Amino acid sequence: MGFELTVALRFLREGRFQSFLIVGGVMAGVAVVVYISALILGLQANTINRTLGAQAHIVIKPQDEVVRTQQPAEGTLAVVQARAQRLRSIDNWQPLMPALASDPDVLAVSPMASGAAIAVRGEASRAVVLFGVELDRYERIVQLSEKLVRGSFRLNAGETLIGTELAKDLGLDVGDRLRVLTSSANDLFQIVGIVDLGSRDLNRRALYLPIRTAQNLLAIPGGVTNIDLRIREIFDADRVAERLRGIGPINAESWMSTNSQLLNALSAQSVSTTMIRVFVSIVVLLGIASVLVVSVVQKRKEIGILRAIGASRGQMTRVFLLQGAIVGLAGSVLGSLLASGLVWAFTTFVRTSAGAPLFNIAVEPELLFTSCALATVGGTLAAVAPALRAARLDPAQAIRI
Amino acid sequence: MHAYNGAAASPMPTPLLRLDGIRKTYGLGTAVAVEVLHGVSFRLAPGEFTALIGPSGSGKSTLLNVIGLLEPASSGTIAYAGQPIDYTDEATLTRERAKRLGFVFQFHHLLPAFTALENVLMPHLIGGGSFRDEARARAVALLEAVGLSRAIDKKPNELSGGMQQRVAIARALFHRPALVLADEPTGNLDTHTSDEVFALLRRFNREHGTAFLIVTHDPRLARRCDRIIELVDGQIARDVANTPDA
Repeated sequence: MGFELTVALRFLREGRFQSFLIVGGVMAGVAVVVYISALILGLQANTINRTLGAQAHIVIKPQDEVVRTQQPAEGTLAVVQARAQRLRSIDNWQPLMPALASDPDVLAVSPMASGAAIAVRGEASRAVVLFGVELDRYERIVQLSEKLVRGSFRLNAGETLIGTELAKDLGLDVGDRLRVLTSSANDLFQIVGIVDLGSRDLNRRALYLPIRTAQNLLAIPGGVTNIDLRIREIFDADRVAERLRGIGPINAESWMSTNSQLLNALSAQSVSTTMIRVFVSIVVLLGIASVLVVSVVQKRKEIGILRAIGASRGQMTRVFLLQGAIVGLAGSVLGSLLASGLVWAFTTFVRTSAGAPLFNIAVEPELLFTSCALATVGGTLAAVAPALRAARLDPAQAIRI
Repeated sequence: MHAYNGAAASPMPTPLLRLDGIRKTYGLGTAVAVEVLHGVSFRLAPGEFTALIGPSGSGKSTLLNVIGLLEPASSGTIAYAGQPIDYTDEATLTRERAKRLGFVFQFHHLLPAFTALENVLMPHLIGGGSFRDEARARAVALLEAVGLSRAIDKKPNELSGGMQQRVAIARALFHRPALVLADEPTGNLDTHTSDEVFALLRRFNREHGTAFLIVTHDPRLARRCDRIIELVDGQIARDVANTPDA
């Protein structure tokens, strides 16, 4: 390869301005592709993280109650009204727990007694959702301890953890008491901690209680309204939920079906990113090919001389393929540096009003490596047509010019 | 001058080059097919210093390209050292060209991106060598022999026409070819420079026994060769031995 590499490098160096333009073109293209990829990957990872931060991957619920009509006699019409869904416990939830936990995809299982209530302090009252949990089990579904803003992370009898907005609305802080009313009971609780669940809406409504207390308040003693699951691969949620539905008279909802709009948006985003990447790559490759075609025409005489003094067709082909590869490699290395610089600038200068980075984006070394490898291979492929033209050149004619 | 009886009379078992009935037609199979060479046959002995002359359009350059294995003859055979050349095998053609032949063209045809020394070493690089190995000494010696010891690191555009042509000669001789083909090697040089370049070719011919086939328009130069072949309308009109003037 000594001859091919020497001549390829010398040809590129000789056509200084052309080489500069095309390496610049590849650099810009690769920078755009890498930057967009890093940005979108970061954005999507952040969005999913935030969404799943306070949500179970799969929620097991009792099946909805339906009205079964008696077989009406021939020729009669029946008006069937949908039933109101009352708060019910999952049937036989205790034997269900080990069955769910033994599923290979399931990492953690946590029972919950959840329902509507009203939180009252003095004259003020707010509608809230009771989350009756076993704190250590629940911790393995949602890292609630990380979301603690003030107070301590514990949940004994008579204690509660509440969302930040709810605390603000009712003017409460750690150590204060509040009253919780349900349709059948009411009780006083001491606030031991305040949590930020990452969504204003959740923060306004969330009220965590020990599971037994919640069962009593909701009048489902010993029952649970849902079982939260954490699974190994978040994007397997739909498939796992489908499978779990088969193990009993239960309903399994995956985070993917509850957040289908979000997922649609994310996949639309991925499709547009891919399109941008493909089109930018095509433009870059056409650029490499056209510059090399011009270079072959300009270098006809030199190609003829080299052929006359003993260079084979294969050698001439490789000289031009190598030029494509070198341009692709050099351009993509520079482009990767540029993209890394852009990402750094984005995370450093684009900040929320509070001064925190908008979201975390990182350029993965793998992304850089893949981009450089693809650009080098692409450059070589773009050089195929010019290289074949160079190889086919008739040396006798080329020399006569 | 006297008639040249060449290979037939002298004891020469294998000529360096043998051409038998070479014909060359351009545009073969089309309505505008033109036959440029009408059956050219001759032999070259090792170490012969031959001029190929003839008016423009007589087919000199075409004949040189055929001999140089740069384009195939339409019919007839060409053999180097007794071995017929198979034109259908591109790889062999390239190898034979590199091994047996040196080229000196009218317009120097150096590679502008490389220095004089690198141009001379180019056949070596093509053959798998490097610019920095033991062959470098030979290339430097060749450039010294053509009087360019002080220009070895200059690019072609920094050299005069005569100097460029001397670099081209050094390159043609690098592989110690048995035959150097020169197409108007002094065609665009002034008389003085042209004499110098010609003297150089003659010197290598005498010192190393390299055969030369020189296409020229210049009768003055032709008269300084050992043999003159004249091509008229694609046929050999005259093939005579010559006693050089000087």
